Amino acid sequence: MTTTDIIHETISALTANKVRTSLTMLGIVIGISSVITMVSIGQGAQSSIAQSIEAIGSNLILINPGAQRASGYQVSAGRGSSHTLTPADATAIEENVSNIQAVSPEISGRYQITAKGTNTNTQIVGATPSYATVHNIQIDEGVFISDQDIRNRTKVAVLGPTTRDDLFGIDAEAMGQVIRIKGIQFKIIGITKSKGGGGFGNQDDMVYTPLPSSQMFLLGDSSYLTSIAISAIDSSTMTNVQNDVTTLLLERHRIGDPTQADFNIMNQADIVSAASSVTGTFTILLGAVAGISLLVGGIGIMNMMLTTVTERTKEIGLRKAIGAKRRDINIQFLSEAVALTIFGGMIGIILGWTAAYIITKLGVLQTSVSLSSILLSFGVSAAIGIIFGYYPARRASKLNPIEALRYE
Amino acid sequence: MIEIKNIKKTYQTGYTETHALRGISFNIKTGEFVAIMGPSGSGKSTLMHIIGALDTPTSGSYTLDGKDVSKLSDDELAEIRCNRIGFVFQSFNLLPRATVLRNVTLPLIYANKREGEREMLAIKALESAGMDKDRFHHRSNQLSGGQIQRVAIARALVNDPAIILADEPTGNLDTQTGNIVLDTFQKLNKELKRTIILITHEKEVAEYADRIIHIRDGLIVEDGNKHKKELYK
Repeated sequence: MTTTDIIHETISALTANKVRTSLTMLGIVIGISSVITMVSIGQGAQSSIAQSIEAIGSNLILINPGAQRASGYQVSAGRGSSHTLTPADATAIEENVSNIQAVSPEISGRYQITAKGTNTNTQIVGATPSYATVHNIQIDEGVFISDQDIRNRTKVAVLGPTTRDDLFGIDAEAMGQVIRIKGIQFKIIGITKSKGGGGFGNQDDMVYTPLPSSQMFLLGDSSYLTSIAISAIDSSTMTNVQNDVTTLLLERHRIGDPTQADFNIMNQADIVSAASSVTGTFTILLGAVAGISLLVGGIGIMNMMLTTVTERTKEIGLRKAIGAKRRDINIQFLSEAVALTIFGGMIGIILGWTAAYIITKLGVLQTSVSLSSILLSFGVSAAIGIIFGYYPARRASKLNPIEALRYE
Repeated sequence: MIEIKNIKKTYQTGYTETHALRGISFNIKTGEFVAIMGPSGSGKSTLMHIIGALDTPTSGSYTLDGKDVSKLSDDELAEIRCNRIGFVFQSFNLLPRATVLRNVTLPLIYANKREGEREMLAIKALESAGMDKDRFHHRSNQLSGGQIQRVAIARALVNDPAIILADEPTGNLDTQTGNIVLDTFQKLNKELKRTIILITHEKEVAEYADRIIHIRDGLIVEDGNKHKKELYK
């Protein structure tokens, strides 16, 4: 039996009952297309989260107070408020560690802010001019916080576009207006450019004020920082900078054992990998749910193949009588099942791809269809054909020709 | 060519044993036209299955062209059926949706014949079976009973088998069509020197053969040349 014969037999068998064939195939189509769509949503989320982390800054190293922890495993039990990082630490880093582009000492906290009868609750960041360099902040209107603002402890504020929209209305003129934080007035001197990206650490919903002003007016304490952000010159020096900063801070805080450090230091790569391990799990979960429908589709194939074998018992008997070996019958029925799943799989891939494309176009979610997920689903659909076609094909090949010929 | 020696076949159903064949021996030479005749339950179907390599005997030996067929595996039996035996069934057993040509080429697929060769052989077989050329591309469910059986005969002929085994070939046909089919068998035997074994329970059908082996209760009760028998009368 040549390959051409097998293809010919398969096509004529599958076209004999078109309604049944297409209904059975539909199970696989739905299964594969939902796997493709779900995985594309997961992978899309993964890449958009990675992007929004990149948006925080480039070659970024973040130092937070509190004990060191293995990324992603431990809940920081309120240690975020530990007062272990000081402005002097930031100065020391800037002076002693090489390969640094900028050091940004920061304090941050959430406050209720009001303006002309409207109000919003948002993140207030006490920043220095280097904040803009470290975090890639660009100014849309006005200016960012200057050295003069730092020296004079001016009560000025730079707003993120979302905060501006919340307080003054979308794209309203906010320059020169006044907002009140904890009852203290701050004059708006600039609006930052939108960075896009939502949810996770939204950089557009923020208010920046000069670091000394926020320490004095908001915290009433100028002795500590909530974080220090450092941007290294390039990605190759990041590890060195991270090690140097760790050594320096341990020395300054008089800590001998690095595991007892009263700060933790993370670089952007750590954050990205922590986040992508979360989204990776999410992708697997979505894929698994869709995979169940694929399994159900596979059982549908098996059901149809078993029915077919019973219906065609007499034909199998005849084929055996005129010289078909077990292998010939086996291959014939197996290839019918595999043809169903491969063809259904191809339609499913196209459909899933289209669905992912539509989801992206409608702006619901970011999706990305990867070659690996296509190859995987194609492989899975072929495998399902083999697995669920195996038993019916074996049953057909084992039929006794005499009994099969007598079957009515 | 066919040597059958003391063949027995016993079926075990539960605790009861059924002796379908209880020691059958005969030889068939190349070019013979033999009818195996007997009432239902006589064991003629079992005998046909054994001659047709669909089944193996419980004991005894069956030699086809010098090869012992009685102890072969399933796949080896399939090989024998493929190359040495052509079947014609009572219920025709054509693939209903396939064309006449496709039906006749089917055995050649399993015999691994080249694609180019297949159609040529099929046309030759269809012509020998007396099938009209203009029906070669008809689907087999568009044919009449007589035509269907001719296609089935062509299918049995196509791979040049040693024996053509016809199991009640006229059972589903009216007398007139049945006679045409039987004439076809006779022609194949006389003109093309084909060895034909006809299994039937009807005396009139068996009369078309040159030799009749009469079976009852799993034993041969009579084995005689028709023409010789006529001399005895």
